[in-house]
Amino acid sequence: MTCLPSPGGKKLGLVIDLDTCVGCQACVTACKEWNTGGHMAPLTDIDPYGGHVDGVWFNRVHSYEHITEMGGRTVNFPRSCLHCETPACVTVCPTGASYKRASDGIVLIDEDKCIGCKLCSWACPYGAREFDTDVGVMKKCTLCVDRIYNDNLAEGDRVPACVAACPTSARHFGDLGDPQSPVSQLVAERGGVDLMPELGYHPTNKYLPPRAHTQRAASVAAPALEPVRAEGGFLGWVDRMLSN
Amino acid sequence: MHPAFSVVFFTTATGAGYGLLALLGVLGPLGFIAPDFWTGFVGMGLALGLIAAGLLSSTGHLGRPERAWRAFSQWRSSWLSREGVASVATFIPSGLFGVGWIFLGRLDGWVAAAGVLANFGAIATVCMTGMIYASLKPIAQWHSPYTLPGYLIFSAMSGCVLLNAVLQGFALGSEILPAFSVLLTLLGWGWKLATWRHNDQLEIQTNANTATGLSGGTVRSLEWPHTEENYLLKEMGFRIARKHASKLRRIAQALAFGLPILLLLAAFALPWPFAAALSVLAAIAQFGGMLVERWLFFAEAKHTVMLYYGR
Repeated sequence: MTCLPSPGGKKLGLVIDLDTCVGCQACVTACKEWNTGGHMAPLTDIDPYGGHVDGVWFNRVHSYEHITEMGGRTVNFPRSCLHCETPACVTVCPTGASYKRASDGIVLIDEDKCIGCKLCSWACPYGAREFDTDVGVMKKCTLCVDRIYNDNLAEGDRVPACVAACPTSARHFGDLGDPQSPVSQLVAERGGVDLMPELGYHPTNKYLPPRAHTQRAASVAAPALEPVRAEGGFLGWVDRMLSN
Repeated sequence: MHPAFSVVFFTTATGAGYGLLALLGVLGPLGFIAPDFWTGFVGMGLALGLIAAGLLSSTGHLGRPERAWRAFSQWRSSWLSREGVASVATFIPSGLFGVGWIFLGRLDGWVAAAGVLANFGAIATVCMTGMIYASLKPIAQWHSPYTLPGYLIFSAMSGCVLLNAVLQGFALGSEILPAFSVLLTLLGWGWKLATWRHNDQLEIQTNANTATGLSGGTVRSLEWPHTEENYLLKEMGFRIARKHASKLRRIAQALAFGLPILLLLAAFALPWPFAAALSVLAAIAQFGGMLVERWLFFAEAKHTVMLYYGR
């Protein structure tokens, strides 16, 4: 049913730290690797070795230049499904294929019901859904629903593949419906933000903005290298000989 | 947005078909049209034919058309599902109305009631089509107060011009219907100009800053996540028409509004075979013009996801 469940307690989602993301694309490849054999498998690639490579990915990392009066910086920006609280992608679905789980807030697609009308991808402002032209159905991030509850994995591995892969711990997974959870605390501490809050989708995932510029780097820098003064005597002779 | 021809044809054809059906459904029972076999056959055939062709065309847009029946289930939340339900439900009274008119030669009693129900169903279905687009917040050009009235006005306009062509063809021309056709075409023209004016001056709150959560300053896309076009760029990053937007707008105006008005005015002054030919030409030109207009409706619409790509 594409009517939304009444807001429950548990809201599983990601917190993405734009300060520490280095844009290495490890989360992108880990996501593809896990999910092409997972719940929404396959993540079809079209013409993978040809001139017009195309395919389904749940996670894409952009790079931006953010220029303010404080100066410019490069910001790497992972973009994936935000598992919104009021996801229009679910309510526009005519078949009931798109749904939001009442138990943990994850937004999923029942591939067997999807007719491939693409309306959900139009209704998502974030570009989280990608159409699989080969299978003829829409696909999207599952928050690795087949990992996070998977008893066959060691407890520490029961996190989304993108979170497990991140080498700089820029991705955090947890319950954003619980204000005491580590991810909620992190959002509160770092001033995590919603993307496009003005559209009213109430995304569950939060983004931590880059930390403010500091002058700390300049104060701890090593003294600048000085040009070697020409010296006389034995050391001067060694310097001249070694310089030749 | 990518203007898929199946959807462009679908909205244009069903718009005209439901407009014609709505007019036949009330003008027949009101005694404006006599219950003649051929008028009913051509009129209802044209209306239901356009609707059926449009609906069939829309399934061409689907990745899994064999599952299309599932789209009738989510009418409680989805405008697309409501449109599907309304369009199929409208076939029942319009079928009865057509049978009563064409085979029984009557437009009173239960046939009149079926006509009025078909009229309601037609208007409701066009409203649902309009709401599919008007409800999409990521596309500011569609999520506007102009979208729903636009669908209703263009449906009434193209339906009226079609009905006029049918009646003129049977030498049943009156002066009221061509006059209404001209007035509705003028209304459609005015509404389209106002819509374009509104869209051109649109101040959209959503920008690269709110899309990335990076407040203040400027956010410029340095590098995309991929080198080739993906689904998002193909579906929502369509830019070809924007390059020719002003030319296409002139073509749409000439074909959908300007030329039909001239032809209909000329039809006033000319005797039957010529008036009929000009009325038919007006309907054909308008249908072609509305296809261009609908193509632009898609091609000029910008989706927020393109902010991530710096477009």
